[in-house]
Amino acid sequence: MANMKVHIRFPEDKIKEPVIYQIGHEFKVVTNVRRADVRETTGWMDLELTGESAEIERAVAGLRKKGVIVDPIELNVVE
Amino acid sequence: MAKMKALVCRECGKEYPTKAIHVCEMCFGPLEVKYNYEEIKKGISRKKIQDGPQSIWRYADLLPVEGPAFLGPHAGMTPLVRARNLGAYLGLDELYIKNDTVNHPTLSFKDRVVAVAITRARELGFETIACASTGNLANSVAAHAAAAGMRAYVFIPGDLEAAKVLGNLIYKPNVVEVEGNYDDVNRLCSEIAGEYAWAFVNINVRPYYAEGSKTLAYETVEQLGWRTPDQVVIPMASGSLLTKIWKGLHEMKTLGLVDDVRTKINGAQAEGCSPISTAFKEGRDFFKPVKPKTIAKSLAIGNPADGYYALKATAESKGAMDMVSDEDVVEGIKLLAQTEGIFAETAGGVTIGVLQKLVKQGTIKKGDVTVAYITGNGLKTQEAVIDAVGKPHRIQPSLASFEKTFKMGKNGGGDA
Repeated sequence: MANMKVHIRFPEDKIKEPVIYQIGHEFKVVTNVRRADVRETTGWMDLELTGESAEIERAVAGLRKKGVIVDPIELNVVE
Repeated sequence: MAKMKALVCRECGKEYPTKAIHVCEMCFGPLEVKYNYEEIKKGISRKKIQDGPQSIWRYADLLPVEGPAFLGPHAGMTPLVRARNLGAYLGLDELYIKNDTVNHPTLSFKDRVVAVAITRARELGFETIACASTGNLANSVAAHAAAAGMRAYVFIPGDLEAAKVLGNLIYKPNVVEVEGNYDDVNRLCSEIAGEYAWAFVNINVRPYYAEGSKTLAYETVEQLGWRTPDQVVIPMASGSLLTKIWKGLHEMKTLGLVDDVRTKINGAQAEGCSPISTAFKEGRDFFKPVKPKTIAKSLAIGNPADGYYALKATAESKGAMDMVSDEDVVEGIKLLAQTEGIFAETAGGVTIGVLQKLVKQGTIKKGDVTVAYITGNGLKTQEAVIDAVGKPHRIQPSLASFEKTFKMGKNGGGDA
């Protein structure tokens, strides 16, 4: 089993969608929210995804397809 | 007792051993070095610092290494220039330029952080150094790795300018050009850092790496005659530099090296990539990531790791933040060059542009002792000013042609 830590951001029109629930159902990954700040017009979460590597990759692609922005937990590392 | 107590989570406060880790396992917050100040205080003094080497290592007591300096014997102790001409132009009585355009060996402030990161990486047993960079950081890692005889991997985006690629290749690290956009490089590097036992300077050894920036605060205070400035203007990319200068100033107070810290911390960004300054101006405690579009490429971090902490430090100090257009960046570079003879890269143009703005607004006042941090050399970003500096005067190889062009009088001194 592998795990990946990601920082995800919700655009305003995605705030109300149960994205984390959907990802847990559509892919064989365990989602674990460690830190989050969700407000009326913006929101972010620090999220751990656990599962097979390929399935995590698919889950990340799935998040992106839903309009969620996915970054590494370190945010921008290219300086 | 060791001077480093632990790595501590900046969010939940959980402590970890001082190893190559950077994320809290509990809350995923970033880690930073926590020191044993009581212990450090017993051995540190102004005299001990002044008797130390002419480099960042005179402040070794406050840097996150256990043994002697391994790298960077000439990094730091760059000039603090009393900028009388620029000060007069802006209407400031006491303006200084902290001139890291001449930092060694690669002419940017990154030589400070990389010297610390690689020294610590060696202590932790690493043999390979890596970084993801579009410019100054890559240069510094490649040069330091060469000097240390260590293997290095430098990851760069596939569309980087030829001159910048050359600046890395000359030191013969493994330069890895990643096909794809900035986000692709970013994600790949985060994955590689998790996969290999390398010291990725701005990922798994970032808690140590970032501490090197504190030396800019220590040097400023020492060079001002053990005074803290009233105002500082700092360029922001990830925001780390600003937070570490704030931390460094407070450490000097904690250790009794200065009586008080009254410094207002001001942050500078370019309009084309100003997530932190925009949040400040809109009164938000969080920033909205952006897609960078500016000539100030060394500051072009759209989703800055320390953005939140930079906002916090500026608010605590009652400072300000602002941003300037690319045109103002170029004007800032020219102004600094033409008043003080210092050729800065684009980040320096951002700093001078914002300094000018803050003075005009009355945020920085005439009598304030002010320090502007100039973090990289203009020779690295010549393309930014190539169309803004005019052309040479072309003359025939004759005295007559020269005198005609320059309208020379009998005593000389004419202008074209």
